[in-house]
Amino acid sequence: MSMVSTAEQGMTGYNYGYLDEQTKRMIRRALLKAVAIPGYQVPFGGREMPMPYGWGTGGVQITAAIIGTSDTLKVIDQGADDTTNAVSIREFFKSVADARTTEKTLEASIIQTRHRIPETPLENGQILVYQVPIPEPLRFIEPRETETRKMHALEEYGIMHVKLYEDIARFGHIATSYAYPVCVDERYIMDPSPIPKFDNPKMDEMEALQLFGAGREKRIYAIPPYTKVRSLDFDDHPFEVQRWDDCCAICGSTHTFLDEVVMDDDGNHMFVCSDTDFCQQQVAKNQVVQESFS
Amino acid sequence: MINPSMNIDMETPLLSVRELTMLYAPGKGFTNVSFDLFPGEVLGIVGESGSGKSTLLKSLSGRQNPDSGEVLYVRGSGDQQLSQLADLYKMAESERRQLLRTEWGVVHQHPMDGLRARVSAGGNIGERLMAVGERNYGEIRAVASKWLSDVEIPTDRIDDMPTTFSGGMQQRLQIARNLVTSPKLIFMDEPTGGLDVSVQAKLLDLLRRLVTELNLAVVIVTHDLAVARLLAHRLMVMRRSEVVEMGLTDQVLDDPQHPYTQLLVSSVLQN
Repeated sequence: MSMVSTAEQGMTGYNYGYLDEQTKRMIRRALLKAVAIPGYQVPFGGREMPMPYGWGTGGVQITAAIIGTSDTLKVIDQGADDTTNAVSIREFFKSVADARTTEKTLEASIIQTRHRIPETPLENGQILVYQVPIPEPLRFIEPRETETRKMHALEEYGIMHVKLYEDIARFGHIATSYAYPVCVDERYIMDPSPIPKFDNPKMDEMEALQLFGAGREKRIYAIPPYTKVRSLDFDDHPFEVQRWDDCCAICGSTHTFLDEVVMDDDGNHMFVCSDTDFCQQQVAKNQVVQESFS
Repeated sequence: MINPSMNIDMETPLLSVRELTMLYAPGKGFTNVSFDLFPGEVLGIVGESGSGKSTLLKSLSGRQNPDSGEVLYVRGSGDQQLSQLADLYKMAESERRQLLRTEWGVVHQHPMDGLRARVSAGGNIGERLMAVGERNYGEIRAVASKWLSDVEIPTDRIDDMPTTFSGGMQQRLQIARNLVTSPKLIFMDEPTGGLDVSVQAKLLDLLRRLVTELNLAVVIVTHDLAVARLLAHRLMVMRRSEVVEMGLTDQVLDDPQHPYTQLLVSSVLQN
């Protein structure tokens, strides 16, 4: 993340990293505050980005503010490196920040993500940037921002459990399967963005720095490395993650988050890893093992 | 059930109001209100529209900062050592809000103002329990179910939305939601307004029973003198931001002293 001042880098006519230096500075200030108060939503002056809201404008602004020439960027969307949104954002930073890019989780210094945390455990020094649509976990029940801010300030979080209560009353179990509320560092209740609750345990004591950017709502929040992140639950209905009866049809993994893929009009389907990079690693490993046996 | 206020000292007031004033504009609000409220006592506030009844109730219940004066409340358990006198508007906002959802309750005139429309009846009752740290689904549900039957709502409607309830049921649900943490003091703003007379009568019966069983102290605002006579031990008559008369309910209604109270009492339709 070294500072770069040379104007000739990146696309001509744009400042390095697309955003102007004053904006980057403002975002970095917000990031510092967010890291200092884990889980607290820091307002920031979100800029117009060359993409519509909902496509990751918050995440892109954070990445633009922290990226430097020494960084390697990986972008995933629903776990995959090759989906439209992931490809466009990667290309964007290639052209405006001369960024080196990768699809390998461990090679990346910055990983911008939508909807997933990579299956490969992240390491100290890496940064995970989340794209967040609705940063306020209390919003569904309390529409007033003045009131939700007060609820956060005074730690009045009983209402979050009402949501989980409603789930159990209606479905017999906690049916919330994504954007599952967490308590960060035993203080702030936080929406972990629409990642599946399968990924919630990965946030706890994660070695990497986690940054969250909501472009439309203009909020930034963060979880510093090695921070306690607890998923909310009831004593008699403890937090559980999704499980599948199948394994990945490509790599055979049994402990990853699987996507159901419909194969044809006859309703044939298969389950595959949503993390494409992890899936390929597993396939490569399996080949090595097979070759050693032959 | 254990009566939470069993060992409360009946000699010391639960709530002491001293020269409380809050005016939005001259004549709009209330001035110089002082009274003591004892455990288990029901105080009625009557008066014409715009006389400051509701504003007074808001200030008493910590939802509207007064211009001057103080609201003193005996916090904590009935044990003399543990309880302490606290000024409502000098304590931290977090403490005040904590008080409001544990030891106090507020029943609004329109039940949907006090209920969460998109949360089931059970969730509405359970909210206060979860807010004070209850984390066992089974227990929350059992308590919610018990309270539904206590306020005469069929327990099989526990998962229905309050919007599907009738007005009277919504009002009873709102009362249950407030009583679930065994509060000591309840504020009610026209709890029977907008209900037809037979439903009103049932609700009043229910309120009378709960007040006696739980030894609740209640401040009730109403413009219905019949409701006041039925529920209130003491009555406060307000007019143009001022308390014009105060005394035992029967005394005020049967032998009104102030000309306005005389007018008020004589205006009631006689059968």
